[in-house]
Amino acid sequence: MYGVRLWSVRHARGLDRFYGAFERLLVRLAPLFAAIGYQRLERPVAAVERGVKGLLFDCKMCGQCVLSSTGMSCPMNCPKNMRNGPCGGVRADGNCEVDARMRCVWLLAFAGAERIPGGIERIRAIQAPVDRRLEGHSSWLRLARDRTGSTARVRAP
Amino acid sequence: MRFEDEPVPGYPLPILPGHVSPGRFERVLRAGAFAVTTELAPPDSADPQEVYQRARVLDGYVDAINATDGSGANCHMSSLAVCALLTRVGYAPVMQISCRDRNRIAIQGDILGGAAMGVCNMLCLTGDGVQVGDHPQARPVFDLDSISLLELGRTLRDQHCFQSGRKLSFSPRVLFGAGENPMVPPLEHRALRLAKKVAAGAQFIQTQYVYDLPRLRAFMRGVEDLGLLDRVFLLIGVGPIRSAKAAEWMRAHVPGVHIPDAIVARLAGAQDPAREGRNICVELIQELRSMRGIHGVHVMAYRQEEAVAEIITSSRVLDGRAPWHPGRDQNSADRKAS
Repeated sequence: MYGVRLWSVRHARGLDRFYGAFERLLVRLAPLFAAIGYQRLERPVAAVERGVKGLLFDCKMCGQCVLSSTGMSCPMNCPKNMRNGPCGGVRADGNCEVDARMRCVWLLAFAGAERIPGGIERIRAIQAPVDRRLEGHSSWLRLARDRTGSTARVRAP
Repeated sequence: MRFEDEPVPGYPLPILPGHVSPGRFERVLRAGAFAVTTELAPPDSADPQEVYQRARVLDGYVDAINATDGSGANCHMSSLAVCALLTRVGYAPVMQISCRDRNRIAIQGDILGGAAMGVCNMLCLTGDGVQVGDHPQARPVFDLDSISLLELGRTLRDQHCFQSGRKLSFSPRVLFGAGENPMVPPLEHRALRLAKKVAAGAQFIQTQYVYDLPRLRAFMRGVEDLGLLDRVFLLIGVGPIRSAKAAEWMRAHVPGVHIPDAIVARLAGAQDPAREGRNICVELIQELRSMRGIHGVHVMAYRQEEAVAEIITSSRVLDGRAPWHPGRDQNSADRKAS
């Protein structure tokens, strides 16, 4: 929801802090996830993730979340899927070239990043292009798996 | 400017130490000349002669010719094909690659193909959205963005492999560039975006139209603060506007074009607006010539390509240098003989 998305960017600092704690929790839960089986968890966790992040960020479930590097503004809402900054078509009023009713996702990203300590620095990191195989999968589980070096992988559909 | 070893049309130049491409455009930039590039609008045609006709009016005025890639999301002859035609007779084209229409498989193939056809310069762009063009019903691809495209190009050239890691037997030897638009929001972060492009492998930049010098100066201060001055060849986009009406149309319809009201008023008040438009362009070029960290201009004169010659001549930015074009050395040899 667009209004909630704008709220999330305004509260980027709190959300970022929450996310940091949540990530640590996920990593701590990794042994439990491994015991249940990542494959088995994938669908229910992805459904919860879709619901929560869908509401807060209009999450598109790209499966490789970079929210904490983009000021809590999801770059997949950009019609051009720009993951590395704004295109050159941003309108003078700061709205999107493609959808004139929507604020540029990257203007929101900079606004959010300015509220997060070190947020602008994080935007400077270059993001790799999206791996389309991960679309629809949980990036929470992926994070737990990657951080703990588990070899269990999501099978590409 | 003349190089001893230039050129037999279609043959690459030797790659000098510190250079990445066998192209003339990189030589001009690295020699410290104030470079002039322009844009060739690919024809709505399958006739190669139309490409050559459009190139010929630029002979002797430009160091490189950009072949746009479906600019404004409109269908035209492909950039790759226009470039391949141009290299056949010795021109130095800049192949524009947009992420709008092709995925990474197609784009990597085109980079190899372009390089094999003698294209030495490629400009990595995200591209306009499909909604502005003549096929708004088309599927926008955007598998990559300009920055991941730059990294991809650099991987092909310097790591000698595809994104997948599969090895190439011969790497594309290409100077990679990118666009930038210092004129649109977020103004205070545009220099940071330039820094990302340089970090991703951009060696030259061709900007969107610049009609607002104070705004450009603010951008350049940002560029300097980030330590990027002279770390990338910066070519500023300029172009003649035919009338106040044309300016209004561009503001409304071309994404990312910023024209200050003062410029529109000047055009509206002129007796001969087209001439005034060219004058404004010449004045801008002369100002840009004297600014630090700017290495050239990119003249975009859509549907008035014949104005490029006059603009470049009047602005005297070539300093008496004659950029190579087919027949240049033949003509001077003939003159010497007679």
